[in-house]
Amino acid sequence: MSTLDFTLALGDDALIAAQRLGEWTSRAPEMEEDIALANIALDQLGAARLLLTYAGELEGAGRDEDALAYLRDDREFRNCLLVELPNGDFGVTMAKLFFLAAYQLPLYTALAGCADERLAAIGAKARKESAYHLDHAALWVRRLGDGTEESHRRMQDAVDQVWPYTHELFTPAPTAPVDPATLRADFDAQVRDVLDQATLTRPADGWTPGGGRDGLHTEHLSYLLAEMQVLHRAHPGARW
Amino acid sequence: MYGNDFAPPEDGPGGGLLGEVEAAEAALREAAARARRGGPAGDEDLEAYFAGVVDADQKIEPRDWMPEAYRKTLIRQIAQHAHSEIIGMQPEGNWISRAPSLKRKAILLAKVQDEAGHGLYLYAAAETLGVSRDELVELLLNGRQKYSSIFNYPTLTWADVGAIGWLVDGAAIVNQVPLCRCSYGPYARAMIRVCKEESFHQRQGYEILHTLAHGTPGQKAMAQDAVDRWWYPSLAMFGPPDGDSTHSAQSMAWKIKRFSNDELRQRFVDMCVQQAEILGLTLPDPDLRWNEQRQSYDYTQPDYDELLRVIKGNGPCNRQRMEHRRRAHDEGAWVREAAAAYAAKQNSRERVAA
Ligand SMILES: [Fe+2]
Ligand SMILES: [Fe+2]
Repeated sequence: MSTLDFTLALGDDALIAAQRLGEWTSRAPEMEEDIALANIALDQLGAARLLLTYAGELEGAGRDEDALAYLRDDREFRNCLLVELPNGDFGVTMAKLFFLAAYQLPLYTALAGCADERLAAIGAKARKESAYHLDHAALWVRRLGDGTEESHRRMQDAVDQVWPYTHELFTPAPTAPVDPATLRADFDAQVRDVLDQATLTRPADGWTPGGGRDGLHTEHLSYLLAEMQVLHRAHPGARW
Repeated sequence: MYGNDFAPPEDGPGGGLLGEVEAAEAALREAAARARRGGPAGDEDLEAYFAGVVDADQKIEPRDWMPEAYRKTLIRQIAQHAHSEIIGMQPEGNWISRAPSLKRKAILLAKVQDEAGHGLYLYAAAETLGVSRDELVELLLNGRQKYSSIFNYPTLTWADVGAIGWLVDGAAIVNQVPLCRCSYGPYARAMIRVCKEESFHQRQGYEILHTLAHGTPGQKAMAQDAVDRWWYPSLAMFGPPDGDSTHSAQSMAWKIKRFSNDELRQRFVDMCVQQAEILGLTLPDPDLRWNEQRQSYDYTQPDYDELLRVIKGNGPCNRQRMEHRRRAHDEGAWVREAAAAYAAKQNSRERVAA
């Protein structure tokens, strides 16, 4: 995987995650959580902007962050399927965020030490944010898993539903600035601890959907992009 | 601070009002520094003591005696203000997913997040008066307390996000700057913090409109249409004309309110006219003109019958806004219950461990 493809993949993960988290605004279970989710969405969006800007520079075709975000079709997006899945209930959103952060934290940490200076700087900034995302999501996984009977059932359902999409995150890419396969052990340890504390069961491995990194997405992404891109595309060449 | 990663236009709004917020903050510090009387003297009655503190422009604090009507008025006003911040997240939140650039998306997300923060400080200020946030939220959800009627209008285009920032946040600041000097300390302090952020919001809104008004013909038309739709509802934010306002006189005496509705409305009009000129947009009032004698603009009053209809629940979005808030509250119930159950388990575990 080239540095460009890798940067684009990480940027798209962050952008689509931000878009989904932004959907919670004014809908969260409590006001403090509305603020927390907006914070995490802003962090993801901030990382996406840095990564997409850099991807545009690496590509050298004059595309900036907005050209990459607004003018590509779903087949050109390189994000993992996990981030494009609909939000579901709050449990599903927390399961998605927990798995994403448990992947992004070791990823950005490794990136901070990579040879590419731009990526290293982005990793150094983003890993601090990921550490907070992971804390936040893990706390909710524990609260919901070990809360009420209803919340336990919903949280276990959420984990079961989202789990298959985590495998794609670790598809080996030995030539990438960070090989995602090397992050798996960290991720597994983190997941095991939190699920144990949350009295939840790690689902068995079986179905492993993937394809996002090659531009083969779920049906959901095209709708997400239609909404995200509609205004920008309606006014070609306009400045905002 | 997120999202203010652009230079504000040289001639942008907010400077004068921000200066007033800072002056109010300095006055607050001075009032705190002046030796405050430690409490009523043995033979002094509580009412006289309260009046003395208000007259001396000192602050009433939560521990102080206050007339029951003063407490009730403040609870109602602060709660309705808090509700407005929370409901106000909806019309602008409506454009987060479609914001036309990533920079604008970040600024808008941060703005809507600020409004949630304003709601939280205000509920906390109301709680110092002996009422809980849960009780106040219940009063919002069952319709017994209101929020600002402006949020019952829809955001139909992206330019509405700009118009809300410029006009609605602008009107909110004009309304709120005097509240930074309100006699109730916790409210005055919350208002100082809120006003500073609102002035950023107003600049951001102005910046959105400025960009649109200097953009393509389609963008300019979008901006003008938004100003046409938001101008009169923004004027109505100052409330009914002074003759019909029910709460004003007493609130003025208590130094909760310091200017009448019409005085504040005039101030807002005078502030907007020049800014609209710089934007290159037209305020939709053919009778708007400078009155040399009054040193103010003459302007057309908003339609107060419309305001009344919206207050009574029949604006374009009243039902939608309330349904949205109730649904979020209801759908979050299982999560809040889980958090409470988890906290209780943690507590008892700690007790066992101790
Ligand atoms: Fe606000
Ligand atoms: Fe605001």
